[in-house]
Amino acid sequence: MSDVTSEPTRAGGSPPALSARGITKRFPGGVVANEAVDLDVAPGEVHALLGENGAGKSTLSNCFTGLYRPDEGSILVDGAPVSFHSPRDAIEAGIGMVHQHFRLVETFTVAENVALGEHGPLRKRADAARVRELGERYGLEVDPNARIWQLSVGQQQRVEIIKALSREARILILDEPTAVLTPHEAEALFSVLRRMTAEGRSVIFISHKLDEVRAVADRVTVLRDGRTEGTRSVAGADSRELARLMVGRDVTLGAERIERSTAPTDDVLLSLSGVRAAGDHGREALAGIDLEVHAHEIVGVCGVSGNGQRELAEVVAGMRATTAGTVRIGETELSRADPRIAQRAGLAHVPEDRLHTGLAPSLPIEDNLALRAYRSPPLATGPFLRRRRIREQATELMAAYDVRAPGPTTPTRVLSGGNVQKVLLARELSSSPKALVAASPTRGLDVGAIETVRTLLVDAAERGVAILLLSEDLDEILSLADRIAVIYEGRIQAVVSRDDADVEELGLLMGGDRSHLDGDAA
Amino acid sequence: MIRLERRVDQPRWLSLAVPLGSIAVALLVGAVVVALSGNDAIATYSRIVDRGFTSRGAFTATLTAATPLLFTGLAAATAFRMGIFNIGGEGQLIVGAVGASGAGIVLDGRPAALAIPAMLVAGAACGAAWAGIAAVLRAWLNTNEIITTLMLNYLAINLATYLVFGSKSRWRDLEGSGLMFPKGKAIPEAFEFPSVDFGNFTVSFGFFIGIAAAIALYVAFRSTRFGFQTRVIGDEPRAAAYAGMRTKRTILALLALSGAVAGLGGASDVGDTRHLLDPKALGQAGYGYAGIVVAALARLNPLAVVGVSILMGGLANAGRALQGPDFPAGLVGTLQGLLLVCTLAGELFARYRIRRAGAGAGVVAVAAPPGAGVQG
Repeated sequence: MSDVTSEPTRAGGSPPALSARGITKRFPGGVVANEAVDLDVAPGEVHALLGENGAGKSTLSNCFTGLYRPDEGSILVDGAPVSFHSPRDAIEAGIGMVHQHFRLVETFTVAENVALGEHGPLRKRADAARVRELGERYGLEVDPNARIWQLSVGQQQRVEIIKALSREARILILDEPTAVLTPHEAEALFSVLRRMTAEGRSVIFISHKLDEVRAVADRVTVLRDGRTEGTRSVAGADSRELARLMVGRDVTLGAERIERSTAPTDDVLLSLSGVRAAGDHGREALAGIDLEVHAHEIVGVCGVSGNGQRELAEVVAGMRATTAGTVRIGETELSRADPRIAQRAGLAHVPEDRLHTGLAPSLPIEDNLALRAYRSPPLATGPFLRRRRIREQATELMAAYDVRAPGPTTPTRVLSGGNVQKVLLARELSSSPKALVAASPTRGLDVGAIETVRTLLVDAAERGVAILLLSEDLDEILSLADRIAVIYEGRIQAVVSRDDADVEELGLLMGGDRSHLDGDAA
Repeated sequence: MIRLERRVDQPRWLSLAVPLGSIAVALLVGAVVVALSGNDAIATYSRIVDRGFTSRGAFTATLTAATPLLFTGLAAATAFRMGIFNIGGEGQLIVGAVGASGAGIVLDGRPAALAIPAMLVAGAACGAAWAGIAAVLRAWLNTNEIITTLMLNYLAINLATYLVFGSKSRWRDLEGSGLMFPKGKAIPEAFEFPSVDFGNFTVSFGFFIGIAAAIALYVAFRSTRFGFQTRVIGDEPRAAAYAGMRTKRTILALLALSGAVAGLGGASDVGDTRHLLDPKALGQAGYGYAGIVVAALARLNPLAVVGVSILMGGLANAGRALQGPDFPAGLVGTLQGLLLVCTLAGELFARYRIRRAGAGAGVVAVAAPPGAGVQG
């Protein structure tokens, strides 16, 4: 299973700083997050963990930091088996972790955050001096007396690293550290990591970006579906091979296309041109998106999550303001961020978080089916709702979309995931939309429900709806889409026709590597 | 081991059985308390019923006590339905009384048919504006409305006190003894609200207004677009934003509506009962806080608020009438407290089903969901 093709760079006979031997971690409900995972991290190396979302990278690092206890297998530090009962044990063993979402107290100062969790009296001046000293030593300059909320995300990350170093971490785990950084900040981070490894410390660098792995890591281990797919020396590895290991499908085993009776026409029903928008933290999440979806067409947007998919869907749905560019639905240009304008223009929207954004979970099914159309006839007359009509509509839609529930007054939150999605699709598709944006519409559903949802999407496309399908599931995109757009860091890397799509190539593009493209394919 | 399982559907009969059961349990526990204090429980209860409801003039007095609770109960229920905790019914009622008495005093000499509606409008408008301060802070600056509405209560009572005791304002009686012993200036006699005599008891104009408000609110929450919006926003603000609802405006409208209802209570206090601005009495009465209890007992249902306010008014009235060495002091307060505790505990049975552990699959132990207020 783990074909280690290269020796640790600096191993030289000494045992690995950190090893995993056959780590298996199961969760209630039969989910196996890690299965017989093997990993060796040599002293003084940057070891990348590469894998798609849900490949088991975070579970593995949580086992290393004492948050989870593996069901099987063992963890060795410097060749000696260890058993972590709590994060404190892991810290004492010299393992530090920088989470993707920082664990800092916003209203405390940098020095206070670094000292947090240590025993003994607070010594403000000594703590500040220590922060300053560590900062100088590793190039992590940050004002010890600044409060966390005043710092940029990149600076906050430095605080997390200083915190780990001040506890004498010899092995530092960074969970997707560049996801929140600008390219410049990422470059600075890499040089910090190099200084650390020069001192003999080890770094586990979790990522799904191929170019970064190439830039910073000595060796890389690929995880897929909770298993180790292999460890390679970065110097000798081929990006294509890593992409294939990560995406994991043999090209010939590509998902089967669901055939449709209609072909896309020339009518553009949804178009974005030069669209830019900021993400939740003010960073630019969409950096100039140009995309068109025609009648009867499904355009799949694939990419590793966090590359702007959510923002793209929200911009089209009128839930997020653009900073530049235009969005058109049918003939209408969205003049400002207002879901009602988008809806009136003929947009249906299946949001990523279906139960809490697409629906009001505690309200009955009938109210949720009326969530968009409650303002106007036939569901309302003037300021009054027509409750009987709302009930009738619910009964009709529940029958038409096969929603299995005790009745129209059942609260939506008690439904299964598949039925929740059917309620949402029933509402959105029954509004006879021109265009539909669907974000991860089958994520977390069982096989039967996935089938139903896909059939509903295909039917809608046959009726002429232009569908923008955002998904991290490449199979889903390959089985539904006519054209595939790859999104990476808020840009469309390339748009390829389904028939020309090559999984390996898509994997490379999703990882930000477009070196194999001749010029701009768009 | 006993486990709680969340009910999928709340059967209709439960919404009646649970409150009635809660009241029965509260009375039972209350009886034990009375017995432990060395008194006869049955005799004590029958005296409460007699002085609160059945004896001559008792029901009229009970309705008088119930009227302000009806308004503040409706005000609290209105805001709580959307998960907005308006603790400021107290202040909104006081400011409503300031507005209504001010209108009555200013309009002296005009016909009552003009002045009485003007007093009601002034009361409602002042209450709405007072709540509107907290609403704007909440909607646009995300300030916790519990704190702001509470603070505004102190501002309101001090404002009313200043108008009568600390200044020579229009609200103060500046003639005769009023110069020596400050008191509020009475509104013209013609502007005192009428009442309807039903033979055994009389019902004040304010109480009718309260019932009308309860029905209007019930319809508004059940069958209007506005009510629908408040339900969605109260349940999941993200879904409301997704549906294009104007969350901020709705918060403003709802809190202003809540304040207006409390302000009507202030107008009723002036028009029906005291006929002048009486800051001392208003400050001691604590109508606003009692209204929160009424709303909780009524499970935020505006129609149920009517019944609960009469029940609580009756208890308060009987407590006042029966004060004395042979009546346990604090019994009425104890009973009111027991009613609240039992009703809130009863919610558990409305929301969850009790199962013995190991009774089949799908049994999930659940903590109360976050933000699970009482919902009608």
